[in-house]
Amino acid sequence: MALMEPVDLCGIELAHPVINASGTFDAIAARRAFGDALAEQFPFAAFVSKTVTLAPREGNPPPRLWELAAGMINSIGLPNKGLERYLSEDLPELTGLLPVPLVVNVMGFSIDEVAQLVSAFAEREEVAALELNVSCPNVETGLMMGAEPGEVSALLERVRPLTAKPLIVKLTPNATDVAAVARAAEDAGASAISLINTIRGMALDPRSGEPWLGGVTGGISGPAVRAAALAQVYSVSRAVKIPIVGMGGIQSGQNALDLLRSGATVVAVGTESFRDPAAGALVARELAGLAANSDVSFLT
Amino acid sequence: MSERTVAPFGRRAARVLDRRRCGSYVVLRCADPEGPRPQGGQFYMLTAAERWGGGAGERPFLPRAFSVLRARTGPGGTELEFLLEDVGPGTKRLCELGPGDELLLLGPLGAGFEPPAAGRRPLLVGGGVGIAPLAIWQDELGAATPALLGFRDAARAKGAALLHAAVVATDDGSIGHHGLVTELLEAELDSSPAAVVYTCGPPPMLEAVRALCAERSTEAQLALESGMACGFGACFGCVVPTRTGLVRLCIEGPVIDASRLETAIVAGAGH
Ligand SMILES: Cc1cc2nc3c(=O)[nH]c(=O)nc-3n(C[C@H](O)[C@H](O)[C@H](O)COP(=O)(O)OP(=O)(O)OC[C@H]3O[C@@H](n4cnc5c(N)ncnc54)[C@H](O)[C@@H]3O)c2cc1C
Ligand SMILES: Cc1cc2nc3c(=O)[nH]c(=O)nc-3n(C[C@H](O)[C@H](O)[C@H](O)COP(=O)(O)O)c2cc1C
Ligand code: FES
Repeated sequence: MALMEPVDLCGIELAHPVINASGTFDAIAARRAFGDALAEQFPFAAFVSKTVTLAPREGNPPPRLWELAAGMINSIGLPNKGLERYLSEDLPELTGLLPVPLVVNVMGFSIDEVAQLVSAFAEREEVAALELNVSCPNVETGLMMGAEPGEVSALLERVRPLTAKPLIVKLTPNATDVAAVARAAEDAGASAISLINTIRGMALDPRSGEPWLGGVTGGISGPAVRAAALAQVYSVSRAVKIPIVGMGGIQSGQNALDLLRSGATVVAVGTESFRDPAAGALVARELAGLAANSDVSFLT
Repeated sequence: MSERTVAPFGRRAARVLDRRRCGSYVVLRCADPEGPRPQGGQFYMLTAAERWGGGAGERPFLPRAFSVLRARTGPGGTELEFLLEDVGPGTKRLCELGPGDELLLLGPLGAGFEPPAAGRRPLLVGGGVGIAPLAIWQDELGAATPALLGFRDAARAKGAALLHAAVVATDDGSIGHHGLVTELLEAELDSSPAAVVYTCGPPPMLEAVRALCAERSTEAQLALESGMACGFGACFGCVVPTRTGLVRLCIEGPVIDASRLETAIVAGAGH
């Protein structure tokens, strides 16, 4: 454990460089399943919440999952209680149970909505940072917020002054030029970039030939996207100077090391936690072992 | 509501002690020395330690959910039994395991059955591989608890031997009552209405049981199934419709009180 060196992510000190990917670990539900063991063996150096939206969302109709040879497609549809109940119910509960810093992931369907969400957390000292999920359309322009540099600039220019907290912009891989979007985010004041979100995909019901997922299309995650994640982290790291949270298909210390060597400062484990809730801790341990035996310094 | 038994954090290795055929099904017995004793209706996420994911580009990738069939605690710790039906790549791989092979398991997970209120007579109603959680529940309630079990054919009906004194129905009439288990249930409820029905089985059977119990205001607890990726509330993939909206079956269930349901049919579940 002595091998795990603390990492600084925009001023937040993390015990090691492995956190969770948004929407792939629910600390409150995990507390019900694992009791006190969850906090005692908490697998991540920070906890990132599932996306919170202004209004409550029921999410997409089931079925929501499709398994692939090396991963899965999900069409979960961002179900959540909405801002108000997140603040009154989840935030106090999380504060009581988390042994690590909390990052709240938020998404709005317009710049105004994102601004309201950012303002709501701006003064909350329980929240270490905000992650902006921009993988959704701006209902005012009809453009994907995270797919166009101009959209991301406009968004950041509006919300950056609203809080002193770090703003991590989570990019969608479904964009023509992800590095250009990352640069626009940096120029407009983003504190860090996280990527990749899921890659759009689809599956047909083998019997009916109709789309399997209730949301018709969904997002691919897991080992299937690892090589795409590596390429995108690599290209974004050459375009920006702010730290990068790299994710996509991490299952091992070696996978994490690859993303760190391509330019990430911190990595996030997503789908692998479904196979083993302790995956984050295993990845961190393997990574520490690799770091001890490696002549490449990657913990910047 | 009784407190659920919580799972140790993280998946752990469990050695297969025994594999036996039971008609069309396979019963796997494995050692879980450090694990707690599960409650009836709780489940585990299972993975074969070898050749699971990453192998030859094939599924399975995710773990699979299985109700615990039976649990024993002895000097060597907990022993668990699972009842498997080979319906696809994950169950096929698990059915191949034999003594000495290793499983990775996570559990016990979810909320199991609730004991009957005083003066209520428990009644078990199962279909196919869905009899699994009823066996451990009968162990807890007492061997005299009546069980009505429906199967497609004689090979599957061999599974009835896993419960005590089960009354059997088969779709093809090869053994027991020729017809549906709900016909047996109807007769049973006519003769003794003050029952609590505990049920698990294929979605159409569950829905028929639910509708029948609702019609007669008979209390019922249904162990449902839906596609699961994680089993501990992380993915939001396993939702089922209830009167109050979609809920995660792995955390709110798999046993759900019938009064919460308008239907027992879950999109994408069943084979
Ligand atoms: C709480 C709970 C308890 C359970 N208990 C038991 C038990 O005691 N015994 C038992 O035998 N089973 C049990 N099951 C069911 C068991 O989990 C499934 O049979 C198993 O997951 C099937 O996996 P498979 O790989 O064998 O087949 P799959 O092919 O994964 O599953 C069969 C069905 O899944 C769908 N499907 C097909 N392809 C895909 C794909 N690529 N991605 C997603 N879905 C697909 C189709 O509907 C197909 O018919 C339980 C399930 C739950 C949720
Ligand atoms: C079931 C599921 C739900 C997700 N929900 C969210 C979410 O609410 N917000 C978000 O920003 N990303 C969400 N993601 C994307 C992940 O955070 C991550 O970017 C992606 O899965 C790639 O990492 P992985 O391959 O390790 O899973 C979700 C992914 C999955 C598989
Ligand atoms: S299976 Fe993942 S939330 Fe229920």
